[in-house]
Amino acid sequence: MNLQELLTIFISAVFIYNVILSRFLGICSFIAISKETKPALAMSFAVMFVIVTSSAITWLVYRFLLLPFNLTYLRTISFILVIATFVQFVEMVIRKVSPQLYRAFGIYLPLITVNCAVLGVAVLNIDMFFANDKQVAGSFYYSVFQGVCVGLGYTLAMLLMSGIRERLELCNVPKAFKDFPLAFIIASILSLSFMGFSGFNF
Amino acid sequence: MKSLVKEFTKGIIKENATFVLALGLCPTLAVSVSVVNGIGMGIAATFVLLGSSLIVSLIKDFIPSKIRIPCYIVIIATFVTIAELCLKAYSPALDRSLGIYVPLIVVNCMVLGRAEAFACKNNLISSFCDGLGMGVGFTLALILISAIREFLGSGQILGYTLFKGFEPVFVFGMPSGALLVIGLLLGFFNLLNNKKT
Repeated sequence: MNLQELLTIFISAVFIYNVILSRFLGICSFIAISKETKPALAMSFAVMFVIVTSSAITWLVYRFLLLPFNLTYLRTISFILVIATFVQFVEMVIRKVSPQLYRAFGIYLPLITVNCAVLGVAVLNIDMFFANDKQVAGSFYYSVFQGVCVGLGYTLAMLLMSGIRERLELCNVPKAFKDFPLAFIIASILSLSFMGFSGFNF
Repeated sequence: MKSLVKEFTKGIIKENATFVLALGLCPTLAVSVSVVNGIGMGIAATFVLLGSSLIVSLIKDFIPSKIRIPCYIVIIATFVTIAELCLKAYSPALDRSLGIYVPLIVVNCMVLGRAEAFACKNNLISSFCDGLGMGVGFTLALILISAIREFLGSGQILGYTLFKGFEPVFVFGMPSGALLVIGLLLGFFNLLNNKKT
């Protein structure tokens, strides 16, 4: 594990291959909840938390359950089950421990189960940090760090998008383009500006 | 018989998953770089949708309603794994170009949506028609989007050059081109709907 590797993961996960704007994971929540900044931020933090913890859990499941018993073909089923159970568990804990926090992002938690970003990062970690069924040195830390960076990228995109859409509320838009179509076109322009990062080299 | 035909056709036009319901857009955006990818993704998703609709409608009476969503997810994930393994075995090139989006069919809201909204309330045959119609509608939408993107982005369709001297617009092959095409198409279909009503 070295600093350069971590920096590469950071830059590529946040800017070059931004989860939403270039990998298209979690588009549904991105379009649906980005109308105002506050809920968008709450959703982003909930997603970030779930992504980080689930990338740690799925790494452990893959390394210590699926690999030793030669069950790697069960990857998809086991990962989605682990994520669904974990999200349910977090929801129960938050409800019990802090009702205030539950009100803030409780309604978004069930949605996260079917957020492709969570499963996407888990699968991506396995693809990137396991070569020929052998773990790369320090792959656990890389996986968790990649989870953090992807969460940050998600938050960045949500923040930009909700800021723009808040201002667009006051504009006069053709009726056919209200809401979804316009949101996609804004996302397209945002994605175009993120393309500028793709020339980065270390 | 007539109602079965209706179940089938509604998924293609009236309740098209992509353009009307705006469900399952992640894979649509990501794999629509070329028509071959679009068709491959469409067939894989249709297979998963059909299989999960059939099984869900068969065992709907045995699933306790409190844990139905996890049950549906397990059923869907099983079919996704079958599709994934088949793709790896028979068409490794397509598998590589679809990449992580094949396992991500599990979290495609269209598949779970059909299980929750239709298959758990209807019998085997109408669930089959509904799943097939939705799948065909999804595939057609993918083909439309990927044809536009492949033609504008590389000047080709299915690898054949159509016009000589056409200068490809590079951006349509990139992620931002996908978002632009979907946005414009959604707006266009909204316009058509508004005109009708």
